Amino acid sequence: MANLLAGMGRRAIQARGELAAAGRLLIQVAARLASAPFTAKGFRRSVTCRQMVRIGVESIPIVFLIAFSVGMIVALQAATQLRRVGAVIYVADLVGVSLTRELGPLMTAIILAGRSGSAIAAELGTMKVSEEVDALVAMGLDPVEFLALPRIMAMAIMLPCLTTLADVVGILGGVIVAWASLGIPVANYLEQTLNALQLKDLFSGLLKSWVFAGIIAGVGCYQGFKVEGGAEGVGRRTTASVVTSIFLIIAADLVFTLIFYVLG
Amino acid sequence: MTTPNAIIEVRDLVTHYGTRRILDGVNLRVPEGQITVILGGSGSGKSTTLRHLIGLQRPTAGQILVKGRDIARLPDQELVEIRKRMGVLFQSGALFNSMTVGANVALPLQEHTRLEPSTIQIMTRIKLQLVGLAGFEDFMPAQLSGGMKKRAGLARAIAMDPEILFFDEPSAGLDPVTAAGLDELILKLKHTFRMTILVVTHELASLFLIADHVVMMMGGKVLMEGALADLKASTDPQVQDFLARRPAPEHEDAEGYLQSLVGA
Repeated sequence: MANLLAGMGRRAIQARGELAAAGRLLIQVAARLASAPFTAKGFRRSVTCRQMVRIGVESIPIVFLIAFSVGMIVALQAATQLRRVGAVIYVADLVGVSLTRELGPLMTAIILAGRSGSAIAAELGTMKVSEEVDALVAMGLDPVEFLALPRIMAMAIMLPCLTTLADVVGILGGVIVAWASLGIPVANYLEQTLNALQLKDLFSGLLKSWVFAGIIAGVGCYQGFKVEGGAEGVGRRTTASVVTSIFLIIAADLVFTLIFYVLG
Repeated sequence: MTTPNAIIEVRDLVTHYGTRRILDGVNLRVPEGQITVILGGSGSGKSTTLRHLIGLQRPTAGQILVKGRDIARLPDQELVEIRKRMGVLFQSGALFNSMTVGANVALPLQEHTRLEPSTIQIMTRIKLQLVGLAGFEDFMPAQLSGGMKKRAGLARAIAMDPEILFFDEPSAGLDPVTAAGLDELILKLKHTFRMTILVVTHELASLFLIADHVVMMMGGKVLMEGALADLKASTDPQVQDFLARRPAPEHEDAEGYLQSLVGA
């Protein structure tokens, strides 16, 4: 029992240290973001663009595939239930609303946490191990401005775009199911979807995805900068980045959903 | 020989990793325009001392005066100004692996000066020529051998024409001939550019070839400091053991050994 408590205490102290370090990074990032427009180098457009390609453009195929599949799955699941009450046309409402409000942002964020968040952590971690980060500092360059900021910016721009793509492709998956197996004409389905969707569904989803972007890139950079002790450290921190960001994404999603629920 | 001014002076430097004391009251001076070698075995604290001198770590106590200014207490902004006048060659070269060799060398110039791109290109070529890597601008670091990486790292370190140049274990991981070539290069830099050079090493062959001033460390303390001739003439048994490559005698305390095994 005493051991258990001691263990919990140690973990808590450790967690406090990590939180403090993460907080410091957050403050640094915020300060650089605020000052970037007024410095000569600005937002480092070329580095940011390269990261946008790696984070965003290269994720399109996998986001496409998964969103399309999930759209079909939701449509099929909904159809089994709705057919019993003879309201199959409401499949369109269900697919449209659940994708734009919830599944689109969440799925895309989880895919990117696994694909790009981990890549950020591994890349920065390797740079830390091979003294590249030290070399930057020794040259008088700021690793947060030089490495973290372009990645966070790229993620914040690309994740909402990918989420929009996921919304559209998911609805397309629903269209295919409705047309091929439920016998609903494409035009009717789309009209039903447009009637069901409100602009605020779309915006609440995009707002979420923006926050998720901050979580994924922030956690990736933080874990990358915290790497110590060679290749093993890189592996451990990379895994930690995926686990932490997925947990934080779900937690943030819950908070948002509660807020939107209360606000109606 | 008159003693030149100390460009760096360290006073009573103490530092800890967690609760472990790594440096225990280090005092040393780096004379201007000379090659100073910090000599010591693994775990002697020589690398940690270097990290403090280039401002990568802040000490628990003590002063590090670089040209009369205490960098242990300096705010980050002013530290950057001092770093622009220092060059560091890290152990593995620490080239940015995502950039070409030329882009690596050009980076400090692009970030800290307002030179035209064409001027930067010419300066990059000059620096690469100086370290014997003319024509390698478009190579990626992964395509270079260990010795070439260090030379490229050196070209980057001298890109801003620093007043003080630091080397972390320049001969580590190199064959004797390549290491000797690097030593020649260090001597050339001293004679041609009148740079102050500080080398951290355990390599005796390098020591005798390049050192003007020697600081020998052991167990987080400075064992002796003086000219190379003073080191050779030292009667200290630990200094003599190191120079003669004699391993430290093992403790022949049977009782204590037994107790350490049974944990009593």
